[in-house]
Amino acid sequence: MTNETKNPSLFSGGTILLLVLMAIGGAVTIYRLANGLGAATNLSDEYPWGLWVSVDVLIGVALAAGGFGIAAAVYVFNMKKYKPVAKPAILTAFLGYLMVIVGLVIDIGKPASFWHPLVMWQSHSVMFEVVWCITLYTTVLGLEFAPDLLDKIGMGGLAKILRQKIIVYPLVIAGITLSYLHQSSLGAFFLITPHKLHGLWYTPLLPQLFYLSAIAVGLAMVSFESILSSRVFDRGYDTDILKGLAKGTWITLVIYLVVRIVDLLVQGKVGLVFSGGTASLLFLLEVVGGVILPIFLLATKAGENVSSILWAQVLVIAGVVLNRFNVNFLTQTGQGGSYFPSFMEIAITLGIVALGVFLYRAAVVYLPIFSHAEE
Amino acid sequence: MAKSVLIDLTRCIGCRGCQAACKQWNERKARETVVFGEYTNPPALSSDCYTRINFIEQKSNGAPVWSFVKDQCMHCKEPACASACPVGALFRTEAGPVAYDFDKCIGCRYCMVACPFHIPKYEWESPLPWVQKCTFCSERIKDDLLPACIKTCPTGTMFFGETKEVEAEAKKRVAAAPDRYVNHIYGLEEAGGTAWIYLSDVPFEKLGFAMNVPKVALPDLTWASLSKVPASVAGFVAALSAIAYFRNRGSKEEQS
Repeated sequence: MTNETKNPSLFSGGTILLLVLMAIGGAVTIYRLANGLGAATNLSDEYPWGLWVSVDVLIGVALAAGGFGIAAAVYVFNMKKYKPVAKPAILTAFLGYLMVIVGLVIDIGKPASFWHPLVMWQSHSVMFEVVWCITLYTTVLGLEFAPDLLDKIGMGGLAKILRQKIIVYPLVIAGITLSYLHQSSLGAFFLITPHKLHGLWYTPLLPQLFYLSAIAVGLAMVSFESILSSRVFDRGYDTDILKGLAKGTWITLVIYLVVRIVDLLVQGKVGLVFSGGTASLLFLLEVVGGVILPIFLLATKAGENVSSILWAQVLVIAGVVLNRFNVNFLTQTGQGGSYFPSFMEIAITLGIVALGVFLYRAAVVYLPIFSHAEE
Repeated sequence: MAKSVLIDLTRCIGCRGCQAACKQWNERKARETVVFGEYTNPPALSSDCYTRINFIEQKSNGAPVWSFVKDQCMHCKEPACASACPVGALFRTEAGPVAYDFDKCIGCRYCMVACPFHIPKYEWESPLPWVQKCTFCSERIKDDLLPACIKTCPTGTMFFGETKEVEAEAKKRVAAAPDRYVNHIYGLEEAGGTAWIYLSDVPFEKLGFAMNVPKVALPDLTWASLSKVPASVAGFVAALSAIAYFRNRGSKEEQS
């Protein structure tokens, strides 16, 4: 890779847009906190989980999975080639999880009680486990990211301690373990609704499918981010890394597809795929567009060039996003009614995403996130 | 000793006395009547309405036949809502009612998603919202009083007592009049068994009952996954440590 990284300044046209979105999101958040969920959202007794649970929690956590995938490759498997993307991936994961927590706190009916699960234990609840894992994993990511920040603020001594192998490896292993637990548990949320969730998505293997798809989309996000930052920072592409990531995504997708299809066969639900109707259309869109098509794109010769890798990874991301929407909403169709997010729900979600992107940009500008190769 | 209730739908005359008594005892606000083309009122349970009579009209030999179906929390013996709740704000009491503690609740609404009968409702309009549902009048039961709806029912539609006694009564009634009742006690097996059970003269599927509710305790389904957490942690930590050790023999300090 080339060492020529030129850091742009924090403020640009794009940043102004981010600041505007953050300001709108912030104002709407104050309104939501003062007036309640009914005033700000289109949530209802028929659809208690809406855009925020889908995007800010289910999708946010999945997209941030690159952090543990890359950490596993670089530290546990000692695949040093991926070192240049480790820092950005961990930074993305850290900020992603912080945004998930912000979204979760805004979504719950009593935001001031967000700490209850840490004190009032109910170990038979998947939600309890998820809250604990997200809290612990965000702490782990914070500690993994901290050294660069500590260097910057003149606490190099502490940074040096945090860089010791004896600290880094336990953190990485804890992070990978915690990620398995909660990535799969987001699927386990819906194990309790066998007669509510549509048959094409309900399976006792929901936790495993959520975990596999999180790995695939996590790697896809790292690729996507790497390609994007190469363009922004005017660097050459790390084609070697991109091909490696694409291979990782490909293998995970193939395993995912096999598990999903065999599971449908075993459950005798293949007929549902071709039953027509919205659900089977959504299923086909998700599996053909988000799994099978990327598998083909990444397997052929076209998979050698950056733009087809980019397209394949974008499809993977879209497929997982659609999957999380499908699982959440198709669990809640049983009572009639309908749901479409309100302007305020969309504004808050956009505000949270903008905040994450803004913090990412700030970190990249002020900290040596992309400078590994220079050392 | 857990209490149960048998609702014998053949005895209900649709007077809605239970609805009014419930509202009064629990001090729920009245809501303006919505005309939506059916006799049922209100159209759905809500945070202000713990129970209501669903009016179902069917034709028999050209003549209308009415069924009146009381809706309320079923008070599952192994409640999905309670197992879903991350803080134990919903829990089953020894006396049978599935109760709620607002002080613990964080408002995640997983109980609403998890409930197989769509029972918990939310105070969407409040900035400090409660989850609301039938309480089985747990405070009244504690004082040896009948639940408000049962106390007020003029036809003895509901039979209240110890669970064993109530389930035996249901079976006795079906056995004594097999022509009168369909051969199904709804709630005996649904969702692993509920404290409130139903007898009917009309097949339950024609009365809007959820017939696809699994006949297993729903918390077992998530526990199958959650109970593996300790083993997963041990397995992951051991495997990752071993791999990391063998793949990384070398430098002491991580290069940043």
